[in-house]
Amino acid sequence: MKQRCAVLGIGQTHHAAKRGDLSMSGLVREAALRALEDAGMTFDEIDAVVMGKAPDFFEGVMTPELYLADALGAAGKPVFRVHTAGSVGGSTAIYAAHLITSGIHKRVLTIAWEKQSESNAMWALSPKYPFSPPTTAGAGGYFAPFVRAYIEFTGAPEHIGWQVAYKDRIHALKNPYAHLQMPDITIDMVKNSPVLWDPIRYLETCPSSDGAGAMILVSEDVAEASGKKVAWVHGTANRTEAILYPRRNQVLPRAGSDCAKALYKEAGITDPKREIDTAEIYVPFAWFEPMWLENIGLADANDGWKMVDAGDTMLGGRQPINPSGGVLSSNPIGASGMLRFLEAAHQVRGTAGEHQVEGAKKALGHAYGGGSQYFAMWIVGAEKP
Amino acid sequence: MSEATKPVVKDVTTMAAPVSLKFRARAGKDLSRFLRGMKERRIVGRVCPSCNYVYVPPRGACPTCGCPMGDERVLPETGTITTFCIVNIPFEGQKLKPPYVCASVLLDGADVALFHLVGGCDVNDVRMGMRVRAEWVDEADAELSLETIRYFVPTGEPDRPLAQIREHI
Ligand SMILES: [Zn+2]
Repeated sequence: MKQRCAVLGIGQTHHAAKRGDLSMSGLVREAALRALEDAGMTFDEIDAVVMGKAPDFFEGVMTPELYLADALGAAGKPVFRVHTAGSVGGSTAIYAAHLITSGIHKRVLTIAWEKQSESNAMWALSPKYPFSPPTTAGAGGYFAPFVRAYIEFTGAPEHIGWQVAYKDRIHALKNPYAHLQMPDITIDMVKNSPVLWDPIRYLETCPSSDGAGAMILVSEDVAEASGKKVAWVHGTANRTEAILYPRRNQVLPRAGSDCAKALYKEAGITDPKREIDTAEIYVPFAWFEPMWLENIGLADANDGWKMVDAGDTMLGGRQPINPSGGVLSSNPIGASGMLRFLEAAHQVRGTAGEHQVEGAKKALGHAYGGGSQYFAMWIVGAEKP
Repeated sequence: MSEATKPVVKDVTTMAAPVSLKFRARAGKDLSRFLRGMKERRIVGRVCPSCNYVYVPPRGACPTCGCPMGDERVLPETGTITTFCIVNIPFEGQKLKPPYVCASVLLDGADVALFHLVGGCDVNDVRMGMRVRAEWVDEADAELSLETIRYFVPTGEPDRPLAQIREHI
């Protein structure tokens, strides 16, 4: 039997290029304790812990969920680790939600993190594969050709990328947890920043961050007994696809659109463009905002860039996208999906602070990973589903 | 605390622990056939008996149908750049000096694009739809590797229209 699930507690670290004051244990604990405090709970009340992070070789610490169990008060409790590359923060929250909706547990701590300062993701994502030419050049090197294809096929003007990059950094100024705080940012600064992976510019790229995000997910009776304002989970969806097959569309991957369709069906959404008040979507390079808007049906085909151009995606616009500043302002890789999901929950609880979207009732959280292969999404609402 | 037990360093907050891993990669039966072709400077793809798609490098099984791959097919050394990236960024462990071009090259007659390097022209002259051909390393340097193709160079033929390549990026 399917039970309702609510987000009762939300916590995140202050994200930074290097949190030298904290070990990996300290990092996850900062987010977890903030989520528990927000929920009015202690570790003792938690039934199970679901953790996620990007591949272990990013920091060279294998199966860190085992030694982090102590820092998260998880000794003697069920502990799970989710692996879905960059989308993992989203999939982790979804797995935790399923432990509630299935009726197995009533109070689950879910947490995702990355300590990029202890690693070199650019190096980790640039291996020289055997029998092959040296064509790997980080995530940007992988995704730039698909950004180029999007621009070429839609005829989008180049200022769209600058505009998304500028917009998310302006949003980040309203989010005290965001890593990048660039009060002097201008569109010209983005435009004049070096082209790293042509056509992607430096300021159109996400930073490398240390950070963690956590949520306390609870059953309906626990949510109601708390007397607190919660975010209700209206729907969750995951989809995956292979990295290489003939006629694969990597600009608008089928796994992404299938995932969104399944999500809207479960959440009872028939017109996502109007029914969803705001979305936090995984945009590591500025051009992925218009691409994903089209992929998940928040914009029609070839229209994603027009939504950006019209200012619809800015705070105060028709459908604000990434009011928190998004991945372009904080990228603790494994946590980035979790941050999208918990920021969506903040919006419908009305607890987003300065970056609150006025009157948000339904919000979407989105994450993707691998070579645009793994997708995880949820919709949360102010009212019960 | 006695002199002998006093810590040498006051606060140890981080520790660098370099790790390395040596490994031997085995190509397997199916990729080995392709790599032997490379050593002879021939591009050998394979055809799926079910969907008829031509894969290069070939796989043991078709990723679309799941069935074992069928006949070999020698492909021409010409193709089309479907999309690409100019790498300007330097990074640790980089083998080439930026700027250089990495591109998806759809060989004539193939159904999946190869990701390879483009050379023999200015990086700013590379275009989606540009016709290219394989530039091989010298016979003596040919290896069991896709690197036996040094890179792809422009042929000078007219570009293919974008409508013909948009499914192959
Ligand atoms: Zn097939």
